[in-house]
Parts: sequence; C-alpha cells; structure tokens
Amino acid sequence: MRGVCTRSGSLSAADFYASAIYFSQRWNETNSDFPNWVWIPCSRLGAISEDEGYLVLEKIKLQTERNDSNLEELNNCDSSANDDLTDEATLVDVHSHDAHLYDLHIAYSFTYKVPVLYFRGYKSDGCHLSLDEIKEELPSHSVEILQKSKWTFMTQEEHPYLNTPWYTLHPCGTGDWMKLLLSSTSYGENISLIQYLPAWLSVIGQTVGLRVPLELYSRS
Amino acid sequence: MEEEATKYIWEGAIPLQIKLHESEITSFPPPPPLMILGLRIGYLPLLVPPLKAHFSSTLPPGTDNVWFDYKGLPLKWYIPTGVLFDLLCAEPERPWNLTVHFRGSPGDVLTPCEGEESVKWSYINSLKEAAYVINGNCKNVMNMSQADQYDLWQSLLKGNMEGYLKISSRLKLGPFGEDSLPSEASETVASSRPSRIPVRLYVRSVGEEIVDIEDAPIIDSWDKISYINRPFEIYKEEGGYVSLKQALKSLLPETFNTNSSQEESGTNVKDPNAPDFEDDNAKLRLVRVQGIEPDMDIPFFWLANCLRNPEFYLHICVFISKQPKLR
Repeated sequence: MRGVCTRSGSLSAADFYASAIYFSQRWNETNSDFPNWVWIPCSRLGAISEDEGYLVLEKIKLQTERNDSNLEELNNCDSSANDDLTDEATLVDVHSHDAHLYDLHIAYSFTYKVPVLYFRGYKSDGCHLSLDEIKEELPSHSVEILQKSKWTFMTQEEHPYLNTPWYTLHPCGTGDWMKLLLSSTSYGENISLIQYLPAWLSVIGQTVGLRVPLELYSRS
Repeated sequence: MEEEATKYIWEGAIPLQIKLHESEITSFPPPPPLMILGLRIGYLPLLVPPLKAHFSSTLPPGTDNVWFDYKGLPLKWYIPTGVLFDLLCAEPERPWNLTVHFRGSPGDVLTPCEGEESVKWSYINSLKEAAYVINGNCKNVMNMSQADQYDLWQSLLKGNMEGYLKISSRLKLGPFGEDSLPSEASETVASSRPSRIPVRLYVRSVGEEIVDIEDAPIIDSWDKISYINRPFEIYKEEGGYVSLKQALKSLLPETFNTNSSQEESGTNVKDPNAPDFEDDNAKLRLVRVQGIEPDMDIPFFWLANCLRNPEFYLHICVFISKQPKLR
C-alpha cells in the first residue's frame, strides 16, 4: 500500500523500494568516484521478487578514526577546488596495508516498516572484525550517539536474506526519530517519501562513519 | 477451546537423543547420548545445563561455546525447538537425534550464543517485535518491570504456563482478530487500520518427483529454506474470515501467483490429502504448526490464537513443490 503518511515516521515496502532506487541513482550521480549502491532483488524458492530486496555497498572504507587524520588535512584545503577532494575512497589510507573494509546493506523491516542497516567489517586478510574492534574504529561522536541514544543500539543478528550473522542498528526506535526528522522545518511540507532513504541515511550514516555527499540532497 | 490449545502447546515436547561430537570425546568408552525432552516452545541452548552435567567429564579443556547440529546442519538456536523439528524432519524422527558441540561454534554461519542470556534477549526481542506488530508500539513490553521480566522468563524456562499467563495477560497482546481494538488512537481512522498478526514462515521446496513428503531429502544448508518474518495484515472491510490457505497465499505472493495465465496441468494426479492450488506456480505439499497439519480452510485468526508461541508469534512450516509450467 502506497502513500503512507510521512508523519508516522515509517514507510510501506513499495515506498522503500521506490526510495531505494531513487537514492542509489542519486548516490551514483553525485558520488561517481565512490562505489555504487546496488539493489539486490530477493530471490525466494526460485522466484525473483519484483520489488522486495535490499541495497548493498561493499568493500568500502568508512570515515574512521584511523582515516580521520588524513581527512582533516584534506578538509583544510580550499573546498571549492578540484574534484580530487571528492574522491575520499582512494585518497585516504592509500598506503595503509591493514585497511579495514566494510560491507553495508540496507533492508526493509516488515515489522517496524522502516529501513534497517546491516554491516560488517573485515581486516585486509578477510577476517571479520568483532563488534568491539568496529566500535574502536568508529568516530568518537558516533560511539557517543550509540551509547547515549535510547533510540538506536548495535546488536548482532541474522541478515534477513543471507544466512549469516551481521551487525545491525536495531530498528525499534527508527520510526520515532524519523517522525521528528521529517516534521522538522528543514524538510518542510513538501517532502515526498522518495526522499525517505537519503533522510534516514543522513542520521544513520553518522553512526557508522559513512559520509553522504550534500549534493545528494538537492533535487535533481 | 483456546485454553486447551495453550495447555497443549505448553506441554508439547520433542524426545531428543543428543550425542557429543566425536572430536570432543576424550574418554573411553565414549559417553552414551543424553535422552532428554525438549519443550516445543523452548530453545536448544536452554538444555545446556543437563548436557554439561552429562558430558563434562569427557570434554577437552577449554571454554564452552555450545552449538547443535542435525545431520551436519548447524541449528539456529533462536528458533523454537518444536519449529526446528517440524521443519527439518519431514518424517518425524522419534527420538530426534542431534549432536552437541562444546567447542568451535561456526561463527561465520551461526550467530554466537552466549548461553541463557542470549536466548532471553532474543526472546524478549521477539516479544517486543510481536507487540509492535499487534499494537503499533512496544511500550507495554518496554515498560515491564525487571521483576516481571524475570518471572516471565523463569516461567518459560520451567514450562510454568500459569505463571507465564499471569504476566503475559497484562501485556494485552491478544486475542487476534475482529474483537481486538486498537490500543490508542492513530493518525488514520481506526476502522482503516489493519489487524496485524505476527507470523514467521519457514518454507522449503521439495521436488515434484517426491511423492511422499516424508522422503524429502535432508536439508544440508539454510540456503534451502526461506525464512519470512512478515506480519499478516488484513483490513476489516475485507470482510468474512480469512482461511489459512488465503493467509499463506498473501504471505507468499510470488510463490502462489494466482494471476498467472498458466493452464491447469491435466496430468497431475490429485492427492486427496494434499492441500493444493493447481492453478498456481507452486503446490502446497504440507503445512505444519506445532506439529499439527491443520485443515487449509481453518479460520486463520482462530488458528493464530490457538497455536501461537508464548512470545505471540505464529510459526508455520511450509513444504512446497514447484508446478511444471505449461505453455
């Protein structure tokens, strides 16, 4: 069922699909030097779903404490200059031999009717990072958000489509804070549900050090 | 009738014969397997204390990291024991032969279980999720006192139905159906708010050539099972009652595509015992809930109220066969 009222902070599965496609297109347009978000349709018992699935962004470097010092140097440069500066993926930690990579997936929760982030991190040898190792890497403000917020906390759960354990930010509080976000003046009355994912990611991204380019938020 | 059903569910148990994995046996002769009853509504890790007591003298040194397998398939510990049995044993095995490991949990496949606390957390989380599905919020579960949460969990551990119901009834999460009212005003008009029932579907595909479902091959990977954690929703205006058959069709739309223009297969031998939708892409071979194969025309709400687990989820195991396509 489409057109669920944005004031509730949640969205229907059909709207999630539409927003996911819109978001991945905008991301790929505004962030051409970063890997693309890809929509993976859900395949169940041989039947591929038309509109159920999840978004993936894999093998990326996040804005972590280790990378931050390099990034600060870049930010101090004239930001109106060259395109080199948008290429965060390759500029940071180029020489590091033990760079940690992350996979991020965004799936829809039919229970809570909101998107959910699933993620995991690897060392360069392919070994999975533990939750403690990940928390050590995250920017300090994100760890603070996680510790203080009653709305979001990290747990380890099974991925809804892959039979493996992933870390996730529990979705039970998402509807509440999205409701506040969508009703705030910066979004105004005209926000259409297609903007839901970029809005959601502007908050969630902070908790895992994922930078979302500002251009993504301007209407295309 | 519903009280009787609840009692039936709480008393249901699977006779288990659990052996220790051979790599962890350090004594001779090897210890015999442990015969123990696993509550249908319980979880395998909760059997660790008696298992530990039984096998401790033979275990190698090291810290415990308990997990179970059935014919090599690592078992997901957060699925109720009865559901695992109904799903993985096409032909019910009595006793059910399982293997326990105390070392080397396959962390890339199985979410780690750190004993009773992990199971309790998973359980309360499911209860919260069910509350959200039913009421649109999980306040009643979040606001449970520590004492109540403790008593609720202890009641489940001990199979104490009365103790459990005393606390769970205060959560006001049932019964499902036309007689349940929204607990608080929502932004939309009350009558257009759907009723939602927490459902967890476990679907496995069985080859068309398998005539007797009990001959279905053993599952060797969880990739062969589709897990669907999605509430069943119905708007009251849709009227009448919904049968189990209709509910399953709506939860598995791609599997049962009734809008397809395929012709009916004239060569199918109609099995009088199999519930089937012959004009669909897939044929329903078997449906199991709490070890029972319900009639497909049973009212779904009634089934959910009678056969749901204590955390308010209705777990349904479904075996399907793909229909051969005709042009």
